[in-house]
Amino acid sequence: MAELLARDLTVKAGGATLVDTANIRLVPGELVALLGPNGAGKTSLLRTTLGLEKRTAGLATLNGDDSAKLSPMQRARRVAYLPQLRPLAWPNAVRDVVALGRFAYGAAPGRLSQEDAEAVDSAIERCDLAGLKDRQTDTLSGGELARVHCARAFASDAPLLIADEPVAALDPRHQFRIMDIVNHFVEAGGGGLVVLHDIALAARYATRMIWMQEGRIIADGPPEETLTPERLAEIYGVRARIEGRAVEIEGAL
Amino acid sequence: MTLDRLLLPVLVAASLLGLFAACLLGSTPMPFDRVLSAFVGAGDAADRLVVWQIRLPRALAAFATGAALGISGAALQGLLRNPLAEPGVLGVSASASLFATFSLYYGLAALSPWILPLAAIAGALAATALIALAAIQTRSVVTLILIGVGLSSFSAAAMSLLMNLAPNPFSLSDMINWMLGSVANRSFQELGLAAPFILAGMAILLISRRGLSALTLGEEAASGVGLNLRNQRILTVLGAGLATGGSVALAGAIGFVGIVAPHIIRPFVRHDPARSLIPSALLAGLFLVLADIGVRLMPTSNELKLGVVASLIGAPAFVWIAMRRRTLNG
Repeated sequence: MAELLARDLTVKAGGATLVDTANIRLVPGELVALLGPNGAGKTSLLRTTLGLEKRTAGLATLNGDDSAKLSPMQRARRVAYLPQLRPLAWPNAVRDVVALGRFAYGAAPGRLSQEDAEAVDSAIERCDLAGLKDRQTDTLSGGELARVHCARAFASDAPLLIADEPVAALDPRHQFRIMDIVNHFVEAGGGGLVVLHDIALAARYATRMIWMQEGRIIADGPPEETLTPERLAEIYGVRARIEGRAVEIEGAL
Repeated sequence: MTLDRLLLPVLVAASLLGLFAACLLGSTPMPFDRVLSAFVGAGDAADRLVVWQIRLPRALAAFATGAALGISGAALQGLLRNPLAEPGVLGVSASASLFATFSLYYGLAALSPWILPLAAIAGALAATALIALAAIQTRSVVTLILIGVGLSSFSAAAMSLLMNLAPNPFSLSDMINWMLGSVANRSFQELGLAAPFILAGMAILLISRRGLSALTLGEEAASGVGLNLRNQRILTVLGAGLATGGSVALAGAIGFVGIVAPHIIRPFVRHDPARSLIPSALLAGLFLVLADIGVRLMPTSNELKLGVVASLIGAPAFVWIAMRRRTLNG
């Protein structure tokens, strides 16, 4: 069964503790929001849990296997990873970029099997890119480009998705569109873990919220339990009003 | 789409035509029928000598040099995600030239005709090994480029030193020949020594080319889709190092071919680095064959150096590409 797990994970680099005995778990059916201020260790936690970065102590597993010992291809078939968005090196066609999501199955943009092509086209459909599939990526808007990256993650057919700030620098409409796409993926039986800075957006979509501060996970639970004005004050240093899942940040403390 | 499919056949046909034209043209023009009969081993003994001993090996040397530089350039651009990368960026050409110059300076090259090419290949492999070691330890492409810059600068300085101290005008002129790059008077023997390295390098690059497509996404995302970043770096650096070392052994340092050819090819292969390798090799090979025909036909008292002509065309193209770049990335 698909399961991403980190137990007492610790990451140290150059004397600094980036992640301190963190525990996280992700299974299908959940949309987990990982929150915390800049430098809280969110990206380090994700990268180490995926086995992309060396851990100092603790355990990280993917479907029960030590994630640091998986080959990159094995890992890519178990979990799709969307790092913070970087510009693409070349102005490839949209469909060719989405096709890179099939890399772990031995495919290449010019060489897709029947199965690869179906997965690519279905991912393009899910992310509403059918009209753009032959466009060069350098002619796309930021929102369109973010959907292209989502599509290439979905093309891998991995049951889990980890996305690091997928809505950064997007306008509100595109933020909602991306979160809707991720939500769809979760409703269809996937599991998603998304790093977000927009607390209101996170509260709206997340089934569970993980709060991080200075390398430690200080709370992990549904928004109803963990989303409180006190927590926002403690972690972000802001004054906020919370009603149910609606968040209004009133200012800095 | 049709354009994509025509690209390879057109390039192969053009390359064959270019090689044939190189046998046809020269300081003493030979008519078509005499070249053709010399090719099949018939005809005049002098004609056979000109075609088989002089023009064909020279044309093939130009083609092999260009192809090695073109495929290395295309692969390095894919690896470093930068259209300005070329074999010179990693300092491999410069190191190979340095070793070759070194063997000239100490007169080692006079001992055996094999010493000079072997020294060039040793220089390329030394630089490649250094880069490969660095590639294991660092995650950053910028670091690799900086190491290349350091290697190039050091080699250039050491070469200038050797030239300053050159014992006599003859060894100085030998060194200059080597540094400027030329395929004049190349024989099948020299071609045969460089070819295994060039072919091995090309094979490594072609086997590992799929990962270059993944690197379009950036290194982080490329490892996310299943690329073994470390192995990819090592294979590309090794392949490009072998091919470039072989080409320097054959023709000396010839710059910019590895930048220009992939730049022209890219739009035809939908900007996919993996699919640009073979067409870039063919185009760069063709480019040097044609440039070398030009060098031979030009009515100058001293024959122009192929490397000089390549740079005269390539360097402005390099500046043009650099100025048109829209984004800066790692």
